[in-house]
Amino acid sequence: MTAAAVQVTDVGRVFAGERTVTALEHVDLTVGAGEFVSLIGPSGCGKSTLLRLIADLDQPTSGAISVFGRPAEQARLAHDYGIAFQQAGLLPWRTVRANIELPLSLHGVGRGARRERADEMLALVGLTDFAEHFPDQLSGGMQQRVAIARALAERPSLLLMDEPFGALDEMTRERLQSELVRICAETQAAVVFVTHSIPEAVFLSDRVVVMSARPGRIAGIVDVGLGRAGERGDDLREDGAYFAAVTAVREALHGGASAVPARGVETR
Amino acid sequence: MTTGVAGEAAVAASGVMPPRTVRRRALPGPLQALRPVGLGIAAVLLLALLWEAVKALVPDDGWSIGDLRVLPRTTDLAMPHVTEMLARLGDPLTAQPGADPLWLAVLRAGGTSLRIAAVSWLIGVVVGLLLALLMTRFRIARSAVLPLVVLSQTVPLIALAPLVKGWGAKIEVLTWEPWMSVAVIASYLAFFPVAVGTLRGLTSPDALHRDLFAGYAASWSQELVHLRLPASVPHLLPALRLAATSAVLGVVVAEVSTGMPGGIGRMILEFANFASSDPAKPWAPIFGAVLLGLVASGAVALLGTGLRRYRRAEVTA
Repeated sequence: MTAAAVQVTDVGRVFAGERTVTALEHVDLTVGAGEFVSLIGPSGCGKSTLLRLIADLDQPTSGAISVFGRPAEQARLAHDYGIAFQQAGLLPWRTVRANIELPLSLHGVGRGARRERADEMLALVGLTDFAEHFPDQLSGGMQQRVAIARALAERPSLLLMDEPFGALDEMTRERLQSELVRICAETQAAVVFVTHSIPEAVFLSDRVVVMSARPGRIAGIVDVGLGRAGERGDDLREDGAYFAAVTAVREALHGGASAVPARGVETR
Repeated sequence: MTTGVAGEAAVAASGVMPPRTVRRRALPGPLQALRPVGLGIAAVLLLALLWEAVKALVPDDGWSIGDLRVLPRTTDLAMPHVTEMLARLGDPLTAQPGADPLWLAVLRAGGTSLRIAAVSWLIGVVVGLLLALLMTRFRIARSAVLPLVVLSQTVPLIALAPLVKGWGAKIEVLTWEPWMSVAVIASYLAFFPVAVGTLRGLTSPDALHRDLFAGYAASWSQELVHLRLPASVPHLLPALRLAATSAVLGVVVAEVSTGMPGGIGRMILEFANFASSDPAKPWAPIFGAVLLGLVASGAVALLGTGLRRYRRAEVTA
């Protein structure tokens, strides 16, 4: 297991069409095993595109992506990663438990093992009492927790998250961030996390990758270095080092895109 | 953050977001279930009242503006009293001794038609589902088949009758019976809503869910079973219901155009001859046909109750 979780090498993605759009250009990035990396940048900087490329939901027009040492497509077919989006995307006709079991049942895991794993996941995200509920009976934050549990159900060593807390209110958001930090410490999974909130990126990450738009490329990487995930608590949000890192990311964002104002980035 | 989780659980338990009520609302009590029945009966009564009101208020010769008659004649010949039509149902079919009462004859004919309609519904559903699957699986099939499917409905059923009868006569594997022609013609009407509705349903999952399944490296058949088919249920149920009423309508028309005896379609045609001598009699098979449509769509609605969980909509944050 010496291979990096994600290795992105000189990747470009051009969307051909009436007006050719260069979404990504010359992107190089390495995410180590167990490392939490956030992608942050203004709207249209290609951070979600990069995540989709890593997930092999889209293919790069140039360059190469490997996940745990093999091509992204093989990694997808081998179920190497778990994924969560901005919308929870639960299947409304399945109970919470059945939603968490979905990837397991698609991949032929037996009934008993499925049940056991779902129980573990429900406990992990604190929804044991809601196992037999349907998604429409849950709040947005609870739905998102189910989505995270589903993404973790197969014990992936890599978790891909595309603004998973983007649609939630601030309080729910902070609570889920703390939970995610705890969960990552427990599961030892590497995470690639797309966000447009600087405090969120800083609080969660080992490293924050700052991207700039048109064409999308990496403007800078901020080493947050606030300690391992397991040691982070809510008091960190009032820590001096935390504010320093927030400032560093903000400066990287604005400096990297000095020609273009960094729209769409929340500095709250 | 554990307190946060516990707090949310406590909120849910304290009744701010009571999880049980939703399910109770989904399975209504007996009174709630009788509501639509009551409304239906009220509507029928209202219609009967309207009928009698028109009969009482409009002059016998109808109501004309110049030479143009805008309201029909209301003589007992043209519009028999509701009570008369109901009473006629209880009388014998003909003056012959030992003849069945009219209602029994109508029900018997209705039963024949209903059986044929059930067969044609089945054929229509199977053909419609297969077409929708084909169109979902292959984009080329969608652009090739969908216009033909739409075009097919512009061919009048009456034009099909002699064709189907003729083809049936040439089949040597089994003895082709007249009712089979009727079933095939009616299924031609029934498959359409199923094909179109199912296609819409199967293509209804959004990009997010398709991405999710792509991420799981799910096969097409897994995606079909776990995502597309369940997601299509809300579109499928009205389509099946429409297909049921279409099948009944198709059977009635096809019985008339193929000349098959024994069903309600033929009975409507035959009884129309009594319009002047026994004016209440032609109405009996018309009531029968209405009843047939209600029974057919009701039976399909019952199917839907078992699929209730697939009609839940996702409430997004």
